[in-house]
Amino acid sequence: MHPIVRTIIQRLLLGLFTLFLVSLIIFSSIEFLPGDFGEAVLGQAATKETVAAFRRELGLDLPAYQRYFDWVVGVVQGDFGQSFSGRASSGQDRSRSVIELIGPRLKNTLFLATMTAIIAVPLALFLGITAALYRNSIYDRVINATTLTTIATPEFFVAYILMLLLSSLYNVFPSLSGIRADMTFWDKIYVSTLPSLTLTLVIVAHMMRMTRAAIINLLASPYIEMARLKGISSSRIIVRHALPNAWAPIATVIAFNLAYLVVGVVVVEVVFTYPGIGQLMVDAVRTRDVPVVQACTVIFAGTYIMLNLIADIIGIISNPRLLHPR
Amino acid sequence: MSDDQTYSAAAEVGQIKLQRSRFKRSWIELKKAPPTAWFGLIMIIIYGFVAIFAPWLAPFGEADSSFSSFQPWGDGHIFGTDQIGRDIFSRLIFGARNTIGIALVTTLLSFAIGGSLGLIAAINQAWLDQLISRLVDVLMAIPGLIFALMLLSIFGSSTIGLILIIAVLDSTRVFRLTRAVSLTVVVMDYVEAAKLRGEKLGWIMRREILPNIMPPLVAEFGLRFSFVFLTIAALSFLGVGIQPPTADWGSMVRDNASLIQFVRPWVTGDAFGANWGRLGEDIKLASPPLLAAGAIALLTISVNFVVDWFLHKTSGLKE
Amino acid sequence: MNDRDRGEKGDILLEMKDVVIDGFSDERWHEIIKGVDLSLKRGEVLGLIGESGAGKSTLGLAAMGFARPGCRLTSGSILFDGMELRTMPEVDKQKIWGTRIAYVAQSAAAAFNPAHKLIDQTIEASLRKGMFSVKDAQADAIELYRAMQLPDPEKIGFRYPHQVSGGQLQRAMTAMAMASRPDLIIFDEPTTALDVTTQVEVLAAMRNAVERFNTAAIYITHDLAVVAQMADRIKVLRYGVEMEEAETNKMLTAPENPYTKSLWSVRSIYKEPETSDDHILEIQGVDAAYGKGMNVLHNVNISVPRGRTVAIVGESGSGKSTTARVITGLLPPVAGQVLFNGEALPPKLEGRSKDQLRRIQMIYQMADTAMNPRHTVREIIGRPLEFYLGLKGADLNKRIIELLEMIELDESFADRLPGELSGGQKQRICIARALAANPELIICDEVTSALDQIVQEGILKLLLRLQNELGVSYIFITHDIATVQAISDEIVVMLQGEVVEQGLKNKIMEPPYPEYTKLLLSSVPEMDPNWLTNLLKARAET
Repeated sequence: MHPIVRTIIQRLLLGLFTLFLVSLIIFSSIEFLPGDFGEAVLGQAATKETVAAFRRELGLDLPAYQRYFDWVVGVVQGDFGQSFSGRASSGQDRSRSVIELIGPRLKNTLFLATMTAIIAVPLALFLGITAALYRNSIYDRVINATTLTTIATPEFFVAYILMLLLSSLYNVFPSLSGIRADMTFWDKIYVSTLPSLTLTLVIVAHMMRMTRAAIINLLASPYIEMARLKGISSSRIIVRHALPNAWAPIATVIAFNLAYLVVGVVVVEVVFTYPGIGQLMVDAVRTRDVPVVQACTVIFAGTYIMLNLIADIIGIISNPRLLHPR
Repeated sequence: MSDDQTYSAAAEVGQIKLQRSRFKRSWIELKKAPPTAWFGLIMIIIYGFVAIFAPWLAPFGEADSSFSSFQPWGDGHIFGTDQIGRDIFSRLIFGARNTIGIALVTTLLSFAIGGSLGLIAAINQAWLDQLISRLVDVLMAIPGLIFALMLLSIFGSSTIGLILIIAVLDSTRVFRLTRAVSLTVVVMDYVEAAKLRGEKLGWIMRREILPNIMPPLVAEFGLRFSFVFLTIAALSFLGVGIQPPTADWGSMVRDNASLIQFVRPWVTGDAFGANWGRLGEDIKLASPPLLAAGAIALLTISVNFVVDWFLHKTSGLKE
Repeated sequence: MNDRDRGEKGDILLEMKDVVIDGFSDERWHEIIKGVDLSLKRGEVLGLIGESGAGKSTLGLAAMGFARPGCRLTSGSILFDGMELRTMPEVDKQKIWGTRIAYVAQSAAAAFNPAHKLIDQTIEASLRKGMFSVKDAQADAIELYRAMQLPDPEKIGFRYPHQVSGGQLQRAMTAMAMASRPDLIIFDEPTTALDVTTQVEVLAAMRNAVERFNTAAIYITHDLAVVAQMADRIKVLRYGVEMEEAETNKMLTAPENPYTKSLWSVRSIYKEPETSDDHILEIQGVDAAYGKGMNVLHNVNISVPRGRTVAIVGESGSGKSTTARVITGLLPPVAGQVLFNGEALPPKLEGRSKDQLRRIQMIYQMADTAMNPRHTVREIIGRPLEFYLGLKGADLNKRIIELLEMIELDESFADRLPGELSGGQKQRICIARALAANPELIICDEVTSALDQIVQEGILKLLLRLQNELGVSYIFITHDIATVQAISDEIVVMLQGEVVEQGLKNKIMEPPYPEYTKLLLSSVPEMDPNWLTNLLKARAET
């Protein structure tokens, strides 16, 4: 078997194993809930029996490994259990399944994230590469100062400034982004513009700086100097000599920042009350709705691991030492 | 060159290079610093001053809600009062102390944990290193904010809990950096020379390794502080961080966020005077969240400017 | 008469007058090259020699009109075939680079793009010149590989850089430079990083190429014997200033400038070999391995007579440094033992007593990394005094000054940091650090290899004097035969983890030699312009 295939399979297995360990951590966290959480969820007025029934329903009387196994089987089938909300102290259970809650939210967040990524990634790459090529020019210095300021600013500040400028002062976009399922595609875009713009600004700032650093590092390689000394034109150097070696570092940068996007989404959704999975998670944390929190965490962590895995694999594929072993 | 110059080993040995004291060298570096770094340094000093002397600087108590709510600027309250009648200016000052203080403690704790583990891993380079590194890899597989949110939902939002959770999660990055930097030092011949001498591990760590990993660690401290600070502010903004009535910039943004929507639109074609005047009033009305968020941004930007200059200086890139 | 005389040289190809080059460091521009002239005729080879910091590389690159980032060509004229290169815009210079002037870098491994095959990079420049079609260019490249004596010339071009060895890459780089039949090639220290035995082949290949196409060349190196093989004329550079220039023969036999004379005289130290039956150290039947892998040392037996110097000689991979690690206890042997003063040393470092550790000291090749950059000289020398001998206060200070005197340094050096010292000074501090422990045996691991020739001389003389005064024994690990001649009593030759030969210096350096020793010794360049030619003839005949 070609060493590259072996390496890729190794990475995939490693990724799965990491996901497994992460799921263990997420699952076992419920063990740390204070003993009286039953009462906390159902309310003060709950009787001993209702609490006991609740605990039985959660399977807390079963041994840990069996609970974990049941949970994993459920997760794989898309069943994350029932939300804690909607349960009354009387024992009445109007809770909805977690997957029901998450489904539409997840779709919205993916929409927002994709919209952002489509604009942010090419823009950041372009700015980063040109800034690296025209290092220390006015263009580079201005971009550097601006991005340094942006990455140091909290996202909600950027969000509120945009809201101030584009929603309050000039009523171009709505400040509260409520998506309804019956909206047209373009309506959805319109409503999602402010949150997407905020995310784009933040992501572009990060990604551009990292790209610039990676390209500068690449351009300092001895073989690039050698290419210059062979009289090869700058554009050909970039295309034929720098680019083939740039895939790996750039892929890493993109994956890292897409992962960052995953996290940034949370704050932005709260500011603009965008009905996504980020806002759902924050609300769930506040009400300590543990099944929802667990499910959201699994989804976020899984996405994060997958993105890093893709970056890893691109790095492997573009490494000539692995493509053509001795 | 005159012909009677002797080119010998003795001549080379006799050469003496210019020696400057450490103090003088630092002063020369400072003078060469770009304006952004100066700006950053001055702002950090101001923030530090405010945080330390908060009780003496603030006109009112942080939880003193004896005033009427939503008062405009001026008239005993420089920035007005918030939604339950507390003086904004005082809350901003106390917020400096609380938010900065908590962030500082958290960063110190994160460095204590991550730094020592990183050093141990670099020295060991065997099973212990593998074990800790794999553990850290798994912890880092869950995005930080998300992990923090999950843990907060389990353990609740107390200040101690907040500090511990963020410190442990952030220590993973400090671990990675300390380990990487220590590995470059640990393979140096002078460390091997110390081992060959028979020096104990503690001595080697203290006297050989630690002084040489300080510069990147100091820079990283600034970056991590900035990151921790932003995370705590973000969590407080989301409502799961620092709890009321403690004054904290993140929650101040959250409490008064809705005010921003009351800024009235800019009317085109209107006379200059009327628009600006009205804008001024509205901004002052919407100021609490903007001031708090601005305070956060200003500190982190300043820290980043200083760290950026420090890294640029120590990396010695030939730009 | 130099039998490399190739007859009439052409007219002037390169004329550099009064060239000044500045370098930017510490926020200021400093002069690196301070007004140097250089002229080169067609088909002529000029050797450019000097120690590190002389500016050879900078000058060589300036000959093509190129300045590295952080350098600028401040003034002077650089005329190449009538064209002024210094002020020419880069776009125009690009037309000349790679086609009429080619550059061969010091490190071939770094200069080849890991993402492309060798042959694509080889023909890149000549394709631009429009000399050949792709097919013809490839055929030509294969011919060049053959001329460079690369193995498997038909196929080697279709490999990637990491699939080929260092010496082969260096020859491929020369082929790449020749592919577009340039008028001038600049060779920048091309064999410095290679083993002596590989160097011979590469030198031969380069000389063939230059002669065949009647290319002019500038050959940059710090090795006097190598430049004697390659150049028609030699120019000596020191700190950016020209010291002397003359024809090779004249330069070697009758240099005029005092600096040049001192460079030549460096190889004049010679120690009369003596031995003794009293062995301070004995390595008996040692096998060693890293981890669970194969043995890197096989049945090594070495004995070191008291108060004498044993030189361990070998190329990279021979096991010299591994042997040192076994002696110091960093790598416990898989089999065999090490006897010190007749007693077996605990194989592991941790098992040895402070006193055992004290008696064997080590000095490293790179003084930069051997000393903690944040410790002063006082702390560096003082620590062993404190640690082993328990000296404190006034006694400690007195001893530190004594040690500084022993290494010929002034008392004022005590409060300096390593970063403020020159290369020779740093290595002397390392010697003082070793001496501070009052050792019986000092292992010198390539201690002069990173130093300039003149500085090397000083260090070797110092070590010899200290041995005379203190009676300390040395194990001197090196790959440089000249050093071995200078300083050793006995020689141990190692090849791939085995001891190939051991004995008194004068016995070993005389024929008859075992196969490898012969190869090793004969591969060391000598300061005779005909050496390479004679060697190749001799080898072809056997």
